[in-house]
Amino acid sequence: MIRLHNSIRPAFRSRRWAHNIPTFSHLNSVNEEDLAHFSSILAPTSILSTLPSISTPADDIAPYNVDWMGKYHGQANSVLRPRTTQQVSEIVKYCAQRKIGIVPQGGNTGLVGGGISLQKEIVLSLGAMNNVRSFDPVSGILVADAGCILQSLSEYIAPHNHIMPLDLGAKGSCQIGGNISTNAGGLRLLRYGSLHGTVLGLEVVLPDGTILDQLSTLRKDNTGYDLKQLFIGGEGTLGIVTGVSILTPPAPQATNNIFLALPRFDNVLPLFQTVKRQLGEIMSAFEYIDRTAYDMGLQHGLGPLLSADEVGDSQCFVLVETSGGNQDHDLEKLNNLLENLLTADEPLINTGVLSQSPTQFNSIWALREGLTECVQKEGKPYKYDVSVPLADFQKVVDAVRERMISKGLYGDHAISKVMGYGHVGDGNLHLNVIAKHGYRPELEAALEPFIYEIVADRKGSVSAEHGIGSMKRDALHYSKSDVSIDWMRKIKQTFDPLNIMNPGKVLP
Amino acid sequence: MRPSAVQLLNILVPIKRAVDYAVKIRVNPEQTGIDLNVKHSMNPFDEIAVEEAVRIRERLKDAVKSIKVVTIGPPKSAETLRTALAMGADSAVHVEIPESAPAPEPLGVAKTLKALIERQKEGVDVVIMGKQAIDDDAGQTGQMLAGLMGWSQATFASRVEVDPEQKVANITREIDGGLEELRCNLPVIITTDLRLNEPRYASLPNIMKAKKKPVEKLTVAELGIDLTPRLETIKVTEPLKRVGGGKVANVDELLAKLKEAGVTGKRA
Repeated sequence: MIRLHNSIRPAFRSRRWAHNIPTFSHLNSVNEEDLAHFSSILAPTSILSTLPSISTPADDIAPYNVDWMGKYHGQANSVLRPRTTQQVSEIVKYCAQRKIGIVPQGGNTGLVGGGISLQKEIVLSLGAMNNVRSFDPVSGILVADAGCILQSLSEYIAPHNHIMPLDLGAKGSCQIGGNISTNAGGLRLLRYGSLHGTVLGLEVVLPDGTILDQLSTLRKDNTGYDLKQLFIGGEGTLGIVTGVSILTPPAPQATNNIFLALPRFDNVLPLFQTVKRQLGEIMSAFEYIDRTAYDMGLQHGLGPLLSADEVGDSQCFVLVETSGGNQDHDLEKLNNLLENLLTADEPLINTGVLSQSPTQFNSIWALREGLTECVQKEGKPYKYDVSVPLADFQKVVDAVRERMISKGLYGDHAISKVMGYGHVGDGNLHLNVIAKHGYRPELEAALEPFIYEIVADRKGSVSAEHGIGSMKRDALHYSKSDVSIDWMRKIKQTFDPLNIMNPGKVLP
Repeated sequence: MRPSAVQLLNILVPIKRAVDYAVKIRVNPEQTGIDLNVKHSMNPFDEIAVEEAVRIRERLKDAVKSIKVVTIGPPKSAETLRTALAMGADSAVHVEIPESAPAPEPLGVAKTLKALIERQKEGVDVVIMGKQAIDDDAGQTGQMLAGLMGWSQATFASRVEVDPEQKVANITREIDGGLEELRCNLPVIITTDLRLNEPRYASLPNIMKAKKKPVEKLTVAELGIDLTPRLETIKVTEPLKRVGGGKVANVDELLAKLKEAGVTGKRA
């Protein structure tokens, strides 16, 4: 295993991004000769580079070098945008010979710095490979290029009454290849399961340029080890996903949602149990929003769904979505649930609203999905996407806030808000700690490894769905044993002995 | 028919169940209309009307005696009435027509509403309705009703203020040139425009209460109205698809292309 020559810090010390950019001494930077070679494989419009022979303006390369949050700033001097799998294969083959690092990039909406070039690795963007290869309306099996935007795929299959098995706020920008490489979860996981189940096959370019074609459209195929599972969630460190075969579920005939205001956090768990029991198979999402996040949303023009009187001093909110085959049947279940909730001796909810039309349905979702953008408007966020027991959600948020207060870092001068929202139905909390005036090392030092330790104490995951990227490499051990990490290294060594494929990501 | 006694207002809000605003409209294969096998909900302008009625009550409190909603439609329209009740209306009337019946035309609707108003023992002082339905965009019913009743009318309202003691309503209308201020004697027909208000969501406690509110069922026969359509729709097609533009090299080529397209020059 080629050792990275960055300073290997003891894992319990926090990782300071700005001071820990690795130097990949085993890798070469892109030079003019390399560009000349790429020009022989790719059309001129597929190559961007600040090197003199191409002279792309810095502004045009910038979007590929900065992540969506503006937290991670990459160093790539060149970006390639191949149009075919064959081109990807030739690029990788060449880079393997030349020992040039490659960062596969999709929509660049990742939240853990996984798609950013750390030290002049070349960015290989899949964005120009965006064709749907086939769709079978009977089985719902969709085969598409990795660069297809999730929302575009949804729109493609909608006339055939199918939906994508995953949905997330970034749908207008994220690409299916990236979704798969990060095993994205999202808002529908509760109902349709994870990509490990819905992906039927993959076409992957391996780190030596070989094309691994397992683009099966078979629903069942138990012939040997299921290699695709390694690439799902592999974050581009074992190969580049270029094609996807995915099972899309039928579009529900009836969808509804309700937005509930709860007097206190302790009601969330019993509410979840009640809702699960009474709605049964029609429940398709169960999302949590704490009061801080709700108020922030209102300030930025999301909603209002409820008047201030109705909300009162509700401490948190829950959004429940139902998807079923029959509107009357679903509404009956919903109405029964709501009646039970409101007429109980000790009601679990203060009040709520039920969507009366598709337009209202969309605006209720818009409140939840818009939170991430609001966070960006408030300042620079430290995001911690964790899995902890549902009952501990509020405790974790409060503990972090207390910590910042105790360090004198809570207030408009430093951390202006600490909030939690997320897929409570999956036990997944998105903790957002907002630095009003930008990222600073002492803020990160106060937060990490404090948060990871809280999560580890509860045997949770330091990354429920966002992945590891470059952000959480040194926190991996909080959720996986040394034995696990050791075997992950062996697999990486087998696939990518030269360590050119997204180096510096995932594995510490 | 006399308006009700001084100071107590009875408000009637006619609403329509129309194709939902978010749906992509498609022409049906027979080219006789649009594909109606899609999601329906309360016409957005009617939502605004219901909301305005509820706000009038919030402002005038006990001066508003009743808010009644009415719809003329198939059995499924009952859901739309429930939504209105959940927003704050007190009672509803469902003039039920069969699922297979053709959509009522504005004149038919206006006549039905007239018959209904005349049946109200307590009278009606204010009728608030949407300026148009988003499926047919007719924009005629409110005006026709005012004509049939001989009542004042204020259409495209963006601000409404009712004074029950003076028995007038001060209404601001949106017109092409700007805004027009009207003062109308009650009873009055008001049609709502987009900027009048932002309708509320039906809150759960109100949805529960709505279940117990009365819904009166009537047929058009009972009202003595014949809703047979007087208009025949001959054909419905989509607008021509927009073709891309083209670039020309110079003025001569431009003139040649214009001639090709049949555009002839004419002296001003």
